[in-house]
Amino acid sequence: MNPYLAGILLGIVLLTAMVVSGRGLGASGGYKYCVVSIVGAVDPPHVENSEYYSKYFENGKKPLTNWLTLEIFGVVAGGLISGAVSGRLKLKVEKSPKISVTRRLIFAFLGGVLFVYGGQLARGCTSGAALSGMAVLSLAGFVTMIAIFGSAYVFAWIFRKNWI
Amino acid sequence: MAPLSSYFAFPEWLNMLTAFLIGIGFGFALEQAGFSSSRKLAGMFYGYDTTVIKVFFTAAIVALIGSQFLSYFGLLNLNQVYVNEFYVTASIVGGVIMGAGFIMGGFCPGTGLCAMSIGKIDAMAFVAGGFAGAFLFTETYPLIEGMANARYKGPVKINESLGLSPGLFTLIMVAAAVAMFWIAELAEKKFARPEITNDLK
Repeated sequence: MNPYLAGILLGIVLLTAMVVSGRGLGASGGYKYCVVSIVGAVDPPHVENSEYYSKYFENGKKPLTNWLTLEIFGVVAGGLISGAVSGRLKLKVEKSPKISVTRRLIFAFLGGVLFVYGGQLARGCTSGAALSGMAVLSLAGFVTMIAIFGSAYVFAWIFRKNWI
Repeated sequence: MAPLSSYFAFPEWLNMLTAFLIGIGFGFALEQAGFSSSRKLAGMFYGYDTTVIKVFFTAAIVALIGSQFLSYFGLLNLNQVYVNEFYVTASIVGGVIMGAGFIMGGFCPGTGLCAMSIGKIDAMAFVAGGFAGAFLFTETYPLIEGMANARYKGPVKINESLGLSPGLFTLIMVAAAVAMFWIAELAEKKFARPEITNDLK
């Protein structure tokens, strides 16, 4: 789809979230709620003894029924629908021909670790802080957006062999 | 009257259903934008494909203009819409860590999920890493708690800190976005890498 048209579509989805649910979109928070519910199921004493984990379960709350958890399940379903409609469903490793599959997968994994870690620290990633933050004129959103994109240009030079 | 969830006091099941439906729209829009391709996303940082900036800023100004108009006509109470809390240190440090994650991984958490859904194996590795990162964060939180909560400013709005009205700031944002689109179109020509972009078609 034309990028500007896709942007309008994404903007309408974001505006819908604001009008219907009084909040923006998010992604990294959904990862956290999934992890917190798994830890809660596997090791309940660990959760009770941790100040950080326990707040996600207080007053009978369930992280698995959180807004963000359901939303990221929707993202997977929506991506699948779009891929099916546009004929893009295919199992493959996408990478530069100059690097090995192993190298691509290791960097992808490490990138995921860092992105969600940083996203939790900043209370939001590209969706929750940068995009949704800018739409509500949040100063935090603008600062996080500049920190992500600004530093990415520096890291892009360091890791250029992975991509170009 | 909006946000609707508080006006009509949505029960939990309806909140969960709307979250799921909004997620479908989100995933669909990201995938249609071409964000299920890490080499397309990375193009933003080497100049050969600037789809990221076009989609990102178009979406931001559509939601911004839309919400400002709805608020102006009294249809949306912006005081009830969540505004991100500003922790100065955490926003900057977290942002830089995310910048590294973006270049190493080629995805952000939302686009990673969306690429995973259409079968990208590198995206599956990214999402697995994302879960590991969330686990690492919750486990190391006591160690970094001081830094994570340092220099807290509250839910500050950028236009207020600049002494501008929301409408005027929105206008400035739109002008800035148009300028960036123009630069982005020029960059794509200057830094074109047909050997990569033809591969992605």
